[in-house]
Amino acid sequence: MSERHWGGDYVFLFENLILKDFRIRYRNMSLGILWSLINPLVMMTVLTFIFGRIFPRNDVHTQPFPVFILCGLVPFNFFVAALLTGATSIVDSAGLVKRVPVPREVVPIAAVLSNCVHLLIQIALLLLITVGFGLRPNRYWLWLPVIWALYVAFVCGLALGSSAINVYVRDTRYVLESFTTVLFWLVPIFYPFSIIPPKYVGIYQFNPVAALVMALRNILIDGIAPPMSLIVNLVLAASFTLSFGFLIFRRLKYRFYEHI
Amino acid sequence: MLPSLRFDRVTKTFVHHTGPMLLRERLIEMMRPSRRPRFEALKDVSFELAPGESLGLIGANGAGKSTILNLATGLCLPDRGSITVNGRVTALLELGAGFHPDLTGAENVRVNAAMMGMTRRQSAERFETIVEFSGVREFINEPLRVYSSGMMVRLAFSVAVAADPEVLLIDEVIGVGDQVFYAKCLEKIRSFQNDGKTIVLASHSTELVAMLCQRALWIDRGQIVQQGTATDVVAAYRAAGP
Repeated sequence: MSERHWGGDYVFLFENLILKDFRIRYRNMSLGILWSLINPLVMMTVLTFIFGRIFPRNDVHTQPFPVFILCGLVPFNFFVAALLTGATSIVDSAGLVKRVPVPREVVPIAAVLSNCVHLLIQIALLLLITVGFGLRPNRYWLWLPVIWALYVAFVCGLALGSSAINVYVRDTRYVLESFTTVLFWLVPIFYPFSIIPPKYVGIYQFNPVAALVMALRNILIDGIAPPMSLIVNLVLAASFTLSFGFLIFRRLKYRFYEHI
Repeated sequence: MLPSLRFDRVTKTFVHHTGPMLLRERLIEMMRPSRRPRFEALKDVSFELAPGESLGLIGANGAGKSTILNLATGLCLPDRGSITVNGRVTALLELGAGFHPDLTGAENVRVNAAMMGMTRRQSAERFETIVEFSGVREFINEPLRVYSSGMMVRLAFSVAVAADPEVLLIDEVIGVGDQVFYAKCLEKIRSFQNDGKTIVLASHSTELVAMLCQRALWIDRGQIVQQGTATDVVAAYRAAGP
Protein backbone atom coordinates (compact mmCIF):
# COMPACT_ATOMS: atom_id res chain seq x y z
CA MET A 1 0.00 0.00 0.00
CA SER A 2 1.50 3.26 -0.98
CA GLU A 3 0.30 6.79 -1.31
CA ARG A 4 0.04 8.58 -4.60
CA HIS A 5 2.94 10.86 -5.34
CA TRP A 6 2.04 14.51 -4.80
CA GLY A 7 4.23 16.58 -7.07
CA GLY A 8 3.57 19.99 -5.57
CA ASP A 9 5.55 22.69 -3.84
CA TYR A 10 5.65 22.02 -0.09
CA VAL A 11 6.95 25.43 0.92
CA PHE A 12 4.21 27.19 -1.04
CA LEU A 13 1.60 24.83 0.37
CA PHE A 14 2.67 25.34 3.99
CA GLU A 15 2.81 29.07 3.48
CA ASN A 16 -0.73 29.09 2.14
CA LEU A 17 -2.13 26.84 4.86
CA ILE A 18 -0.52 28.91 7.61
CA LEU A 19 -1.75 32.14 6.06
CA LYS A 20 -5.22 30.67 5.71
CA ASP A 21 -5.32 29.71 9.37
CA PHE A 22 -4.07 33.11 10.41
CA ARG A 23 -6.64 34.96 8.31
CA ILE A 24 -9.54 32.86 9.51
CA ARG A 25 -8.55 33.32 13.11
CA TYR A 26 -8.06 37.06 13.04
CA ARG A 27 -10.46 38.34 10.44
CA ASN A 28 -13.34 38.56 12.87
CA MET A 29 -11.49 39.99 15.85
CA SER A 30 -11.32 43.71 16.41
CA LEU A 31 -8.12 43.49 18.43
CA GLY A 32 -6.61 40.97 16.04
CA ILE A 33 -3.06 40.09 16.77
CA LEU A 34 -3.08 41.94 20.11
CA TRP A 35 -4.77 38.92 21.64
CA SER A 36 -1.50 37.07 21.32
CA LEU A 37 0.05 39.62 23.67
CA ILE A 38 -2.78 40.14 26.13
CA ASN A 39 -3.03 36.57 27.36
CA PRO A 40 0.63 36.11 28.37
CA LEU A 41 0.77 39.62 29.86
CA VAL A 42 -2.28 38.95 32.03
CA MET A 43 -0.90 35.60 33.16
CA MET A 44 2.50 37.13 33.81
CA THR A 45 0.96 39.86 35.96
CA VAL A 46 -1.20 37.44 37.95
CA LEU A 47 1.61 34.98 38.58
CA THR A 48 4.03 37.78 39.43
CA PHE A 49 1.55 39.11 41.95
CA ILE A 50 0.78 35.72 43.53
CA PHE A 51 4.32 34.42 43.72
CA GLY A 52 6.04 37.77 44.13
CA ARG A 53 3.72 39.31 46.74
CA ILE A 54 1.55 36.61 48.26
CA PHE A 55 4.11 33.80 48.51
CA PRO A 56 7.38 35.66 48.14
CA ARG A 57 10.44 33.48 47.92
CA ASN A 58 13.85 34.82 48.68
CA ASP A 59 15.73 32.86 46.06
CA VAL A 60 13.73 34.21 43.14
CA HIS A 61 13.81 37.81 44.25
CA THR A 62 17.26 38.29 42.96
CA GLN A 63 16.01 38.06 39.37
CA PRO A 64 13.32 40.02 37.53
CA PHE A 65 10.34 37.89 38.35
CA PRO A 66 8.14 38.82 35.33
CA VAL A 67 10.91 37.72 32.95
CA PHE A 68 11.34 34.55 34.97
CA ILE A 69 7.60 33.80 34.71
CA LEU A 70 7.40 34.63 31.01
CA CYS A 71 10.28 32.23 30.27
CA GLY A 72 7.98 29.55 31.61
CA LEU A 73 4.69 30.75 30.18
CA VAL A 74 5.67 31.29 26.54
CA PRO A 75 6.92 27.72 25.97
CA PHE A 76 4.03 26.26 27.97
CA ASN A 77 1.32 28.26 26.16
CA PHE A 78 2.73 27.31 22.79
CA PHE A 79 2.91 23.67 23.79
CA VAL A 80 -0.74 23.56 24.85
CA ALA A 81 -2.13 25.51 21.89
CA ALA A 82 -0.04 23.77 19.24
CA LEU A 83 -0.59 20.30 20.64
CA LEU A 84 -4.36 20.67 20.91
CA THR A 85 -4.90 22.27 17.50
CA GLY A 86 -2.47 19.73 16.03
CA ALA A 87 -4.21 16.77 17.63
CA THR A 88 -7.65 17.74 16.32
CA SER A 89 -6.37 18.99 12.96
CA ILE A 90 -7.15 15.91 10.88
CA VAL A 91 -10.68 15.57 12.22
CA ASP A 92 -11.23 19.34 11.92
CA SER A 93 -10.10 19.30 8.30
CA ALA A 94 -12.40 16.47 7.31
CA GLY A 95 -13.44 18.36 4.18
CA LEU A 96 -9.84 18.50 3.10
CA VAL A 97 -8.82 14.99 4.08
CA LYS A 98 -11.83 13.42 2.37
CA ARG A 99 -11.84 15.50 -0.77
CA VAL A 100 -8.41 16.84 -1.62
CA PRO A 101 -5.48 14.54 -2.39
CA VAL A 102 -2.94 16.59 -0.48
CA PRO A 103 -0.35 14.67 1.59
CA ARG A 104 -2.01 14.15 4.97
CA GLU A 105 1.15 14.79 6.99
CA VAL A 106 0.89 18.41 5.95
CA VAL A 107 -2.28 18.97 7.98
CA PRO A 108 -1.02 18.53 11.59
CA ILE A 109 2.35 20.08 10.80
CA ALA A 110 0.66 23.15 9.31
CA ALA A 111 -1.53 23.37 12.43
CA VAL A 112 1.57 23.49 14.66
CA LEU A 113 3.36 25.94 12.37
CA SER A 114 0.30 28.21 12.35
CA ASN A 115 0.73 28.56 16.09
CA CYS A 116 4.30 29.70 15.47
CA VAL A 117 2.95 33.02 14.27
CA HIS A 118 1.69 33.74 17.80
CA LEU A 119 4.80 32.19 19.20
CA LEU A 120 7.02 34.64 17.34
CA ILE A 121 4.98 37.54 18.67
CA GLN A 122 5.24 36.19 22.20
CA ILE A 123 8.98 35.61 21.88
CA ALA A 124 9.32 39.21 20.73
CA LEU A 125 7.37 40.27 23.82
CA LEU A 126 9.60 38.13 26.03
CA LEU A 127 12.76 39.63 24.57
CA LEU A 128 11.36 43.14 24.86
CA ILE A 129 10.47 42.64 28.52
CA THR A 130 13.87 41.05 29.15
CA VAL A 131 15.61 44.12 27.78
CA GLY A 132 13.09 46.33 29.57
CA PHE A 133 14.23 44.87 32.88
CA GLY A 134 17.79 45.87 32.13
CA LEU A 135 19.06 42.46 31.02
CA ARG A 136 21.33 43.02 28.03
CA PRO A 137 21.36 40.80 24.94
CA ASN A 138 24.39 38.51 25.03
CA ARG A 139 26.01 36.18 22.53
CA TYR A 140 24.14 33.20 23.98
CA TRP A 141 20.98 34.64 22.42
CA LEU A 142 22.25 32.89 19.29
CA TRP A 143 21.12 29.67 20.96
CA LEU A 144 17.49 30.85 20.91
CA PRO A 145 16.63 29.92 17.29
CA VAL A 146 18.24 26.51 17.80
CA ILE A 147 16.37 25.56 20.96
CA TRP A 148 13.06 26.92 19.66
CA ALA A 149 13.42 25.04 16.37
CA LEU A 150 14.07 21.80 18.27
CA TYR A 151 11.08 22.49 20.47
CA VAL A 152 8.77 23.15 17.51
CA ALA A 153 10.00 19.92 15.88
CA PHE A 154 9.24 18.07 19.12
CA VAL A 155 5.67 19.43 19.14
CA CYS A 156 5.23 18.59 15.42
CA GLY A 157 6.08 14.99 16.22
CA LEU A 158 3.53 14.87 19.04
CA ALA A 159 0.89 16.50 16.82
CA LEU A 160 1.48 13.98 14.02
CA GLY A 161 0.99 11.00 16.30
CA SER A 162 -1.92 12.39 18.28
CA SER A 163 -3.80 13.71 15.23
CA ALA A 164 -3.76 10.24 13.69
CA ILE A 165 -4.86 8.56 16.93
CA ASN A 166 -7.60 11.17 17.40
CA VAL A 167 -9.25 10.00 14.17
CA TYR A 168 -9.78 6.57 15.69
CA VAL A 169 -10.31 7.49 19.33
CA ARG A 170 -12.04 10.83 19.47
CA ASP A 171 -11.46 11.47 23.16
CA THR A 172 -7.71 11.73 22.63
CA ARG A 173 -8.34 15.45 22.78
CA TYR A 174 -9.68 15.29 26.34
CA VAL A 175 -6.84 13.07 27.46
CA LEU A 176 -4.42 15.67 26.12
CA GLU A 177 -6.32 18.51 27.81
CA SER A 178 -6.02 16.83 31.21
CA PHE A 179 -2.41 16.07 30.50
CA THR A 180 -1.60 19.72 29.78
CA THR A 181 -3.32 20.77 33.02
CA VAL A 182 -1.03 18.45 34.95
CA LEU A 183 1.92 19.63 32.93
CA PHE A 184 1.37 23.23 34.06
CA TRP A 185 2.43 22.17 37.55
CA LEU A 186 5.21 19.88 36.40
CA VAL A 187 7.00 22.57 34.44
CA PRO A 188 8.95 25.04 36.56
CA ILE A 189 6.88 28.03 35.43
CA PHE A 190 6.59 29.94 38.68
CA TYR A 191 9.31 28.24 40.69
CA PRO A 192 12.98 27.63 39.93
CA PHE A 193 14.34 24.21 39.12
CA SER A 194 16.74 24.54 42.06
CA ILE A 195 14.00 24.14 44.71
CA ILE A 196 12.95 20.69 43.44
CA PRO A 197 13.88 17.98 45.95
CA PRO A 198 16.48 15.61 44.48
CA LYS A 199 14.17 12.59 44.54
CA TYR A 200 11.75 14.28 42.12
CA VAL A 201 14.36 15.66 39.77
CA GLY A 202 13.73 12.76 37.36
CA ILE A 203 10.25 14.09 36.53
CA TYR A 204 11.83 17.29 35.28
CA GLN A 205 15.01 16.02 33.78
CA PHE A 206 13.38 14.20 30.88
CA ASN A 207 10.66 16.76 30.29
CA PRO A 208 11.42 18.70 27.08
CA VAL A 209 9.07 21.55 28.03
CA ALA A 210 10.98 22.03 31.29
CA ALA A 211 14.26 21.73 29.38
CA LEU A 212 13.34 24.64 27.13
CA VAL A 213 12.16 26.74 30.09
CA MET A 214 15.44 26.18 31.92
CA ALA A 215 17.52 26.84 28.82
CA LEU A 216 15.65 30.11 28.22
CA ARG A 217 16.32 31.24 31.78
CA ASN A 218 19.99 30.36 31.46
CA ILE A 219 20.30 32.42 28.32
CA LEU A 220 18.08 35.41 29.10
CA ILE A 221 18.43 35.83 32.86
CA ASP A 222 21.70 34.21 33.89
CA GLY A 223 23.47 35.19 30.68
CA ILE A 224 25.16 31.81 30.36
CA ALA A 225 25.11 29.11 27.69
CA PRO A 226 22.49 26.40 28.30
CA PRO A 227 24.15 23.23 29.58
CA MET A 228 24.69 20.49 26.99
CA SER A 229 22.36 18.16 28.92
CA LEU A 230 19.38 20.41 28.07
CA ILE A 231 20.32 20.61 24.40
CA VAL A 232 20.72 16.85 24.24
CA ASN A 233 17.34 16.48 25.93
CA LEU A 234 15.69 18.65 23.26
CA VAL A 235 17.49 16.93 20.37
CA LEU A 236 16.44 13.51 21.65
CA ALA A 237 12.86 14.63 22.29
CA ALA A 238 12.54 16.08 18.79
CA SER A 239 14.00 13.06 17.02
CA PHE A 240 12.04 10.64 19.15
CA THR A 241 8.61 12.26 18.71
CA LEU A 242 9.19 13.00 15.03
CA SER A 243 10.16 9.46 14.17
CA PHE A 244 7.39 7.91 16.24
CA GLY A 245 4.90 10.51 15.07
CA PHE A 246 5.63 9.78 11.42
CA LEU A 247 5.56 6.05 12.08
CA ILE A 248 2.13 6.15 13.75
CA PHE A 249 0.80 8.55 11.15
CA ARG A 250 1.96 6.41 8.24
CA ARG A 251 0.34 3.35 9.69
CA LEU A 252 -2.97 5.01 10.39
CA LYS A 253 -3.43 7.44 7.51
CA TYR A 254 -4.73 4.93 5.00
CA ARG A 255 -7.93 4.51 6.93
CA PHE A 256 -8.59 8.20 7.67
CA TYR A 257 -11.08 8.35 4.83
CA GLU A 258 -13.25 5.63 6.34
CA HIS A 259 -13.12 6.97 9.89
CA ILE A 260 -13.80 10.67 9.50
CA MET B 1 1.39 3.03 -24.45
CA LEU B 2 0.87 3.30 -20.70
CA PRO B 3 -2.76 3.60 -19.68
CA SER B 4 -3.69 6.86 -17.94
CA LEU B 5 -5.93 5.16 -15.47
CA ARG B 6 -6.29 1.48 -14.81
CA PHE B 7 -8.51 -0.33 -12.29
CA ASP B 8 -7.64 -3.99 -11.96
CA ARG B 9 -10.26 -6.09 -10.13
CA VAL B 10 -10.82 -3.38 -7.56
CA THR B 11 -12.96 -4.14 -4.54
CA LYS B 12 -13.70 -1.55 -1.89
CA THR B 13 -15.68 -2.18 1.26
CA PHE B 14 -16.84 0.16 3.99
CA VAL B 15 -17.91 -0.65 7.51
CA HIS B 16 -21.65 -0.16 7.71
CA HIS B 17 -21.73 2.00 10.77
CA THR B 18 -18.54 2.96 12.50
CA GLY B 19 -20.41 3.90 15.66
CA PRO B 20 -19.30 6.36 18.32
CA MET B 21 -15.57 6.55 18.28
CA LEU B 22 -14.75 7.00 21.91
CA LEU B 23 -12.20 5.28 24.04
CA ARG B 24 -14.76 3.02 25.72
CA GLU B 25 -15.96 1.55 22.42
CA ARG B 26 -12.40 1.06 21.23
CA LEU B 27 -11.50 -0.82 24.41
CA ILE B 28 -14.60 -3.01 24.18
CA GLU B 29 -13.75 -3.74 20.58
CA MET B 30 -10.24 -4.71 21.53
CA MET B 31 -11.47 -7.14 24.20
CA ARG B 32 -14.15 -8.67 22.04
CA PRO B 33 -13.30 -8.26 18.41
CA SER B 34 -16.58 -8.45 16.57
CA ARG B 35 -16.70 -8.22 12.84
CA ARG B 36 -18.92 -5.37 11.93
CA PRO B 37 -20.94 -5.92 8.77
CA ARG B 38 -19.14 -4.51 5.77
CA PHE B 39 -20.72 -3.13 2.72
CA GLU B 40 -19.20 -3.60 -0.72
CA ALA B 41 -19.15 -0.28 -2.48
CA LEU B 42 -17.24 -1.71 -5.41
CA LYS B 43 -16.91 -5.30 -6.41
CA ASP B 44 -14.31 -6.55 -8.85
CA VAL B 45 -14.27 -3.45 -11.03
CA SER B 46 -11.79 -3.36 -13.91
CA PHE B 47 -11.33 -0.83 -16.67
CA GLU B 48 -8.55 0.88 -18.48
CA LEU B 49 -8.31 4.31 -20.06
CA ALA B 50 -5.68 5.32 -22.59
CA PRO B 51 -4.46 8.93 -22.66
CA GLY B 52 -7.01 11.12 -24.39
CA GLU B 53 -9.96 8.87 -23.66
CA SER B 54 -13.01 10.08 -21.76
CA LEU B 55 -15.12 7.82 -19.63
CA GLY B 56 -18.61 8.55 -18.38
CA LEU B 57 -19.76 6.83 -15.20
CA ILE B 58 -23.49 6.26 -15.03
CA GLY B 59 -25.70 4.58 -12.48
CA ALA B 60 -28.15 5.29 -9.68
CA ASN B 61 -27.27 7.11 -6.46
CA GLY B 62 -25.05 4.94 -4.30
CA ALA B 63 -24.07 2.70 -7.21
CA GLY B 64 -20.37 3.39 -6.68
CA LYS B 65 -19.60 6.22 -9.09
CA SER B 66 -18.12 8.47 -6.43
CA THR B 67 -16.19 5.59 -4.89
CA ILE B 68 -14.48 5.04 -8.24
CA LEU B 69 -13.54 8.72 -8.40
CA ASN B 70 -12.34 8.80 -4.79
CA LEU B 71 -10.16 5.75 -5.36
CA ALA B 72 -8.80 7.19 -8.59
CA THR B 73 -7.98 10.43 -6.76
CA GLY B 74 -6.06 8.44 -4.16
CA LEU B 75 -8.19 9.56 -1.20
CA CYS B 76 -8.65 5.99 -0.05
CA LEU B 77 -7.15 2.63 -0.94
CA PRO B 78 -8.91 -0.43 -2.35
CA ASP B 79 -9.33 -3.53 -0.21
CA ARG B 80 -8.36 -5.72 -3.13
CA GLY B 81 -7.11 -5.11 -6.61
CA SER B 82 -4.88 -2.35 -7.88
CA ILE B 83 -5.22 1.11 -9.30
CA THR B 84 -2.61 2.63 -11.58
CA VAL B 85 -2.52 6.26 -12.54
CA ASN B 86 -0.04 7.84 -14.90
CA GLY B 87 0.14 11.59 -14.89
CA ARG B 88 -1.06 14.40 -12.67
CA VAL B 89 -4.59 13.97 -11.40
CA THR B 90 -6.96 16.76 -10.52
CA ALA B 91 -10.37 16.07 -9.08
CA LEU B 92 -13.53 18.13 -8.77
CA LEU B 93 -15.40 15.96 -6.33
CA GLU B 94 -17.62 18.24 -4.37
CA LEU B 95 -18.82 21.76 -4.54
CA GLY B 96 -16.18 23.92 -2.88
CA ALA B 97 -14.05 21.08 -1.49
CA GLY B 98 -11.06 22.62 0.24
CA PHE B 99 -12.61 26.10 0.10
CA HIS B 100 -13.16 28.09 3.25
CA PRO B 101 -16.20 30.39 3.61
CA ASP B 102 -14.31 33.08 5.56
CA LEU B 103 -11.60 33.52 2.96
CA THR B 104 -12.11 35.65 -0.11
CA GLY B 105 -12.39 34.11 -3.55
CA ALA B 106 -8.83 35.19 -4.38
CA GLU B 107 -7.43 33.71 -1.14
CA ASN B 108 -9.27 30.46 -1.75
CA VAL B 109 -7.89 30.30 -5.27
CA ARG B 110 -4.33 30.55 -3.94
CA VAL B 111 -4.83 27.93 -1.21
CA ASN B 112 -6.50 25.58 -3.64
CA ALA B 113 -3.83 26.11 -6.28
CA ALA B 114 -1.15 25.20 -3.73
CA MET B 115 -3.06 22.09 -2.69
CA MET B 116 -3.44 21.02 -6.30
CA GLY B 117 0.30 21.10 -6.59
CA MET B 118 0.89 24.40 -8.37
CA THR B 119 4.12 26.18 -7.55
CA ARG B 120 4.24 29.79 -6.37
CA ARG B 121 5.15 30.93 -9.86
CA GLN B 122 2.49 28.90 -11.64
CA SER B 123 -0.13 30.11 -9.20
CA ALA B 124 0.82 33.75 -9.76
CA GLU B 125 0.97 33.35 -13.54
CA ARG B 126 -2.35 31.55 -13.80
CA PHE B 127 -4.28 33.68 -11.33
CA GLU B 128 -5.55 36.07 -14.01
CA THR B 129 -6.65 33.20 -16.26
CA ILE B 130 -8.49 31.57 -13.37
CA VAL B 131 -10.36 34.74 -12.45
CA GLU B 132 -11.12 35.48 -16.08
CA PHE B 133 -12.42 31.99 -16.78
CA SER B 134 -14.54 31.90 -13.62
CA GLY B 135 -16.35 35.12 -14.52
CA VAL B 136 -16.67 36.11 -10.85
CA ARG B 137 -14.14 38.94 -10.94
CA GLU B 138 -16.49 41.41 -9.26
CA PHE B 139 -16.68 39.19 -6.18
CA ILE B 140 -13.13 37.92 -6.12
CA ASN B 141 -12.28 39.95 -2.99
CA GLU B 142 -15.50 39.06 -1.19
CA PRO B 143 -15.61 36.20 1.32
CA LEU B 144 -16.74 32.94 -0.18
CA ARG B 145 -19.80 32.74 2.03
CA VAL B 146 -21.53 35.42 -0.06
CA TYR B 147 -21.06 33.32 -3.21
CA SER B 148 -23.93 31.39 -4.72
CA SER B 149 -23.29 27.71 -5.35
CA GLY B 150 -23.05 28.46 -9.05
CA MET B 151 -20.32 31.03 -8.44
CA MET B 152 -18.46 28.62 -6.21
CA VAL B 153 -18.50 25.95 -8.89
CA ARG B 154 -17.24 28.45 -11.44
CA LEU B 155 -14.27 29.24 -9.26
CA ALA B 156 -13.55 25.62 -8.33
CA PHE B 157 -13.71 24.45 -11.93
CA SER B 158 -11.46 27.29 -13.05
CA VAL B 159 -8.75 26.39 -10.53
CA ALA B 160 -8.98 22.69 -11.34
CA VAL B 161 -8.50 23.18 -15.06
CA ALA B 162 -5.72 25.72 -14.44
CA ALA B 163 -3.82 22.99 -12.58
CA ASP B 164 -3.31 21.54 -16.06
CA PRO B 165 -3.97 17.92 -15.11
CA GLU B 166 -3.28 14.93 -17.30
CA VAL B 167 -6.24 13.16 -15.74
CA LEU B 168 -9.32 15.16 -14.77
CA LEU B 169 -11.96 13.58 -12.55
CA ILE B 170 -15.32 15.34 -12.31
CA ASP B 171 -18.21 14.36 -10.09
CA GLU B 172 -21.50 15.82 -11.26
CA VAL B 173 -20.65 19.31 -10.07
CA ILE B 174 -20.56 21.31 -13.27
CA GLY B 175 -24.32 20.99 -13.58
CA VAL B 176 -24.67 23.67 -10.89
CA GLY B 177 -23.39 26.45 -13.13
CA ASP B 178 -25.69 28.43 -15.41
CA GLN B 179 -26.06 27.85 -19.15
CA VAL B 180 -23.31 30.24 -20.11
CA PHE B 181 -20.79 28.67 -17.77
CA TYR B 182 -21.96 25.18 -18.62
CA ALA B 183 -21.21 25.84 -22.27
CA LYS B 184 -17.81 27.23 -21.29
CA CYS B 185 -17.06 24.08 -19.25
CA LEU B 186 -18.02 21.82 -22.12
CA GLU B 187 -15.80 23.79 -24.44
CA LYS B 188 -12.92 23.51 -21.97
CA ILE B 189 -13.45 19.77 -21.58
CA ARG B 190 -13.44 19.40 -25.37
CA SER B 191 -10.17 21.26 -25.64
CA PHE B 192 -8.74 19.01 -22.91
CA GLN B 193 -9.80 16.01 -24.96
CA ASN B 194 -8.12 17.46 -28.03
CA ASP B 195 -4.94 17.91 -25.99
CA GLY B 196 -4.95 14.21 -25.23
CA LYS B 197 -5.99 14.48 -21.59
CA THR B 198 -7.97 11.78 -19.88
CA ILE B 199 -11.33 12.59 -18.31
CA VAL B 200 -13.62 10.63 -16.04
CA LEU B 201 -17.03 12.14 -15.52
CA ALA B 202 -19.65 10.81 -13.14
CA SER B 203 -23.07 12.06 -14.07
CA HIS B 204 -26.76 11.39 -13.88
CA SER B 205 -27.15 13.11 -17.17
CA THR B 206 -26.95 10.46 -19.86
CA GLU B 207 -27.16 13.23 -22.46
CA LEU B 208 -23.98 14.78 -21.10
CA VAL B 209 -22.16 11.44 -21.06
CA ALA B 210 -23.30 10.59 -24.59
CA MET B 211 -22.26 14.01 -25.81
CA LEU B 212 -18.85 14.29 -24.11
CA CYS B 213 -17.45 10.81 -23.62
CA GLN B 214 -16.32 8.17 -26.05
CA ARG B 215 -16.72 5.46 -23.47
CA ALA B 216 -19.10 4.79 -20.62
CA LEU B 217 -19.33 2.48 -17.68
CA TRP B 218 -22.69 1.60 -16.18
CA ILE B 219 -22.44 0.57 -12.60
CA ASP B 220 -25.08 -0.81 -10.28
CA ARG B 221 -24.61 -1.69 -6.60
CA GLY B 222 -20.85 -1.72 -6.96
CA GLN B 223 -20.71 -3.95 -10.00
CA ILE B 224 -20.18 -3.17 -13.63
CA VAL B 225 -23.33 -3.85 -15.63
CA GLN B 226 -21.90 -2.84 -18.96
CA GLN B 227 -18.98 -0.95 -20.40
CA GLY B 228 -18.28 0.06 -23.94
CA THR B 229 -18.83 2.99 -26.23
CA ALA B 230 -20.86 5.77 -24.64
CA THR B 231 -23.66 5.50 -27.21
CA ASP B 232 -24.16 1.76 -26.58
CA VAL B 233 -24.00 1.93 -22.81
CA VAL B 234 -26.27 4.98 -22.59
CA ALA B 235 -28.79 3.28 -24.92
CA ALA B 236 -28.77 0.12 -22.80
CA TYR B 237 -29.08 2.17 -19.58
CA ARG B 238 -32.04 4.09 -20.96
CA ALA B 239 -33.66 0.91 -22.24
CA ALA B 240 -33.38 -0.65 -18.77
CA GLY B 241 -35.43 2.28 -17.49
CA PRO B 242 -35.12 4.00 -14.15
